Amino acid sequence: MFENLDLTKLIFGRLTWDAIPFHDPIILATFAVVAVGGVAMLVALTRYKLWGYLWTEWFTSIDHKKIGIMYIILGLVMLLRGFADAIMMRLQQAFAFGDNMGYLPPDHYDQIFTAHGVIMIFFVAMPLVTGIMNYLIPLQIGTRDVAFPFLNNFSFWMTAGGAALMMVSLFVGEFAKTGWLAYPPLSGILQSPGVGVDYYIWSLQIAGVGTLLSGINLLVTIVKMRAPGMSLMKMPVFTWTSLCTNVLIVAAFPVLTAVLGMLTLDRYLGTAFFTNDMGGNAMMYVNLIWIWGHPEVYILILPVFGIFSEIVATYSRKPLFGYTSMVYATVVITVLSYLVWLHHFFTMGSGASVNSFFGITTMIISIPTGAKIFNWLFTMFRGRIKFDVPMLWTLGFMVTFVIGGMTGVLLAVPPVDFVLHNSLFLIAHFHNVIIGGVLFGLFAGITYWFPKATGYKLDEFWGKLSFWFWLIGFYFAFMPLYVLGLMGVTRRVSHFEDQSLQIWFQIAAFGAVLIAVGIAAFLIQLIVSFRRREALADETGDPWDGRTLEWSTSSPPPPYNFAFTPRVHDLDAWWQMKQHGFKRPESGFIPIHMPKGTWAGIVLSAISVACGFALIWHMWLAAAVTFVALIGTAIYHTFNYDRDYYIPAEEVERIEAERTKVLANV
Amino acid sequence: MSEATMTADVKTQDGQLEFLVKGDHHPQNGTLLGFWLYLMSDCLIFAALFATYGVLARSYAGGPTGMEVFDLSLVAINTSFLLLSSITYGFAMLQMQANRLKGTLFWLAITALLGAAFLGLELYEFYHLIHIGATPQTSGFLTAFFALVGTHGLHVLFGIVWLVTLLFQLKKHGLIPANKRRVFCLSMFWHFLDVVWVGVFTYVYLMGVLP
Repeated sequence: MFENLDLTKLIFGRLTWDAIPFHDPIILATFAVVAVGGVAMLVALTRYKLWGYLWTEWFTSIDHKKIGIMYIILGLVMLLRGFADAIMMRLQQAFAFGDNMGYLPPDHYDQIFTAHGVIMIFFVAMPLVTGIMNYLIPLQIGTRDVAFPFLNNFSFWMTAGGAALMMVSLFVGEFAKTGWLAYPPLSGILQSPGVGVDYYIWSLQIAGVGTLLSGINLLVTIVKMRAPGMSLMKMPVFTWTSLCTNVLIVAAFPVLTAVLGMLTLDRYLGTAFFTNDMGGNAMMYVNLIWIWGHPEVYILILPVFGIFSEIVATYSRKPLFGYTSMVYATVVITVLSYLVWLHHFFTMGSGASVNSFFGITTMIISIPTGAKIFNWLFTMFRGRIKFDVPMLWTLGFMVTFVIGGMTGVLLAVPPVDFVLHNSLFLIAHFHNVIIGGVLFGLFAGITYWFPKATGYKLDEFWGKLSFWFWLIGFYFAFMPLYVLGLMGVTRRVSHFEDQSLQIWFQIAAFGAVLIAVGIAAFLIQLIVSFRRREALADETGDPWDGRTLEWSTSSPPPPYNFAFTPRVHDLDAWWQMKQHGFKRPESGFIPIHMPKGTWAGIVLSAISVACGFALIWHMWLAAAVTFVALIGTAIYHTFNYDRDYYIPAEEVERIEAERTKVLANV
Repeated sequence: MSEATMTADVKTQDGQLEFLVKGDHHPQNGTLLGFWLYLMSDCLIFAALFATYGVLARSYAGGPTGMEVFDLSLVAINTSFLLLSSITYGFAMLQMQANRLKGTLFWLAITALLGAAFLGLELYEFYHLIHIGATPQTSGFLTAFFALVGTHGLHVLFGIVWLVTLLFQLKKHGLIPANKRRVFCLSMFWHFLDVVWVGVFTYVYLMGVLP
C-alpha cells in the first residue's frame, strides 16, 4: 500500500484526469445539463438571498416536519435519476438485437443497471418511507418532536451525503458494474479493480449510518413519547407498521454494515473473507447480504401497508376493519421476514430439506399479507367510498400487489425457482411488488398528507392523470417481462440475438414511456397545485375528515405541533374528539419546551462524504485528515450542552390566535 | 405504559371526556432506551462477525491453526484486565450515585487505564502474530480472527476516547443530569464490550486451541 510513495500519489491517490469520462457523450451531456442547472440554482439562491433562510430554517433545523420534507424532496429528486437509468435500459433492450448493438456499450450498461437498483432502493424508496415516517409519527402519537432531534437532522444529512457521493460517481470515475448487491468474487479486487465498487461501498456505509440512527430514533419516539392514554393497541395503524419497520431497520442494517465492512477489508487489505482462494467463502457474502436484504423489502412495504390502512379507513368513512388482526399480521410479517432469506438463492445447493424450509416459510408470509388485503376489502365493504386520488392509488395497489404476490409464491417453490431464478420473470415479480406496492403507496401517502404539510391540496386532474399513466404504464412495462422470463431470458443482458423476442422488449419500452408521462404529470401536478394554492387551500387542518391526531392541528402544523398535548381515550382519537364536540382552547397557553437547531449534522455529513471520497480514490493523507476532523467535530459537538429553549406563551398565543381567526372564516 | 393506563379516562367537571393535558407535559427521556437499542444493533455486527468466524474458523489454507498461534496465558491476562475494568466502572457508578465527583473521576480514570492495558496487550498479540507470518491475509481463519478481535479492539479504543472526553466534561460541568446520563450510557457500552469479550475468549481462543 505504501510502496513507491510520492507526493502526487499521496494527495490524489489514483485520481487522475482519466477519471473524468470525456470519451462518453451521454455522460458528458448529462454533466453539462446538471452543471448548467446547478449553477442556475446557485445563482438564483444567491440572487434572492435564500442561503440564510435555507441554512437556518431547513439545513440546521431539527424540526421533524422539515426533516421529513427534506427526506421526501431527496427521494423525489433521486427518483428522476433512477428513472433516467430505467428508461435508458428499456431503450437499449428495445433496439439491441442482431447486428444492432444499441447505443450503450456493455461497460456502461452494467453501471446503469447497478446504479438503478441501488438508487431506487436506498435513495428513493428509503428516503421517501423515512420522510413520511418522520413527518407523521410525532403528529400521530401527539408529541412535539422525535426522541433525539439532533440525531434526526444528522441521519437525514448522512442519507443525503450517501446519495451525493453516489451521484459523484457519475462524473468522476465510474460506478459498480456488479448488480445492486455486489456479489463477490465479481465485486472483489481481482474482478473489479476500479473505483466503482468502492463508490458503492462508501455511499451505502454513509447512508446506512443515517438509516440505522433514524430507526433507533423513531423506535424510541414511538415507545416513549406517545400522548397520555395512547396504549399500544390504540396507536394509529401507520404508527404500528412504522414501529415494526424500525424494529426491522435496527435489526437488519447492522448486518449490511458488517458485510460491506468485510468486503471493504477484502478489497483494501487483501483479506480472504469472500475470495475463491485462501479459504474464503463467497456464498457467505450472499447469505449475509440477504439476511439484511430480505427484511429490507419489508422495511419498505410495512409503512406503506400502514399508509393504505389510513387511507382506506378515511375514504370509506369507516373505522379500519380488523384493527387487531392488522396489528398482529404486521408483527407476524416482521418476525417471518427473518426466516426466508435463503429463497433468494435456492440454487446455492443447500439441499432439499433446507430449501423446503425456506420455501414453506416464504409461502407462509402470504397468509398475514392476504389477511391485510381482506381487511382493506372489508373496510371498503358497505363504506361510503370517495374515489379521490389517494384512494385510486390504493385500489391500483390492491389489484397489482395481489398479482405480484402470487408470482412471488410461484417463485417460492424451489423447483420452479431453479428454472426461473435470475430470469426476467423475477425482475417482473419484484417490480410488481415494489412499484405496485411501495411506490403506489408512497404516491398515495404524499397526496393524502400533502395538505397537512403545505396547507394546500394537490390538483385532482393532474393527480388522476399521473395515476392512470403509472398504472397502465406499469402493466405495459412489466407484463412482457413475465413472458420473456418464462421463455428463459435472463436479467442484466445488453444485447440479444433472437429477433423473435424484440416485440416484447418494445412493448416494455412503450410502458416505460407511459410511466415517464406519469412522472411528468406528477411534477406538473406539484407546480399547478402551487400556483393554485389559494383555491386549493386547506384552512381547517382536516380536509378529508380524518380520524387520527395529525388532522387535529393546523395545516401546516405550528413548530410545536400541539399547543396542548392531546389525551387519548380510544383508537381514532381525532374522530372521537370530533364526535364528542371537542372545542379547541383559545386561551390559557403555556410556554413550550423545544430543541434548538444545530449546524453539526450537515457539517459531520460533509466531512464523512469527503472522507468517503478520499478512501475511494486511495488519497490516504486526505482520508486520515478528514477522519480525524470527523471525530474531532463530533467530540466538539458533545461539549454543547445548550440544546433547548422555550417558546414563550405569548408566541404560542399569537400563533393560536391567528388560527382562531382562520377557522372563524371557514 | 403505567401513565397511559392511569389516565385512560380523565374527565372534566361536567363529566365530559378530557381531551387535552392542560399543564406542561414532558414525555419520558428516551436516551437510555435509545442507547440500549444502539447496543443491540452493535451486537448484531458482532453476531455477523461471529457467524463469519464460525464459517471460516477451520479454513487454514495451509497456514497456521489456532492451536499453533494462540497464547492462552497472554489472553488470560488480557481478559482479567477487561473484566477488572468492568468492576472499576461499577465503582465509578457507585461514586456517581453518591454524588461524589472526585471518586467518580478516579474510578473512571482507573477504568481507562485498564482498558488501555487491554488494548496494549492486544496490539502486542497482533504484532507478534504478524511478525511470525500469521497475517490477516494468510487464510480465511486469520481473516475472520483479526476482523472479530480487531473490531472488538476498535470498540474498546472508541470507549477510551469517549471516557477521556467524559472526564473533561465531568470536570467542567460536574454531575449534572446530562452528564450522569452520559456516564450511564458509557457504562452500558463498557459492560457490553465485556460480554462480547467473554464470547470472543470462549469461542475464538478456548475453542480455537482444540484440535
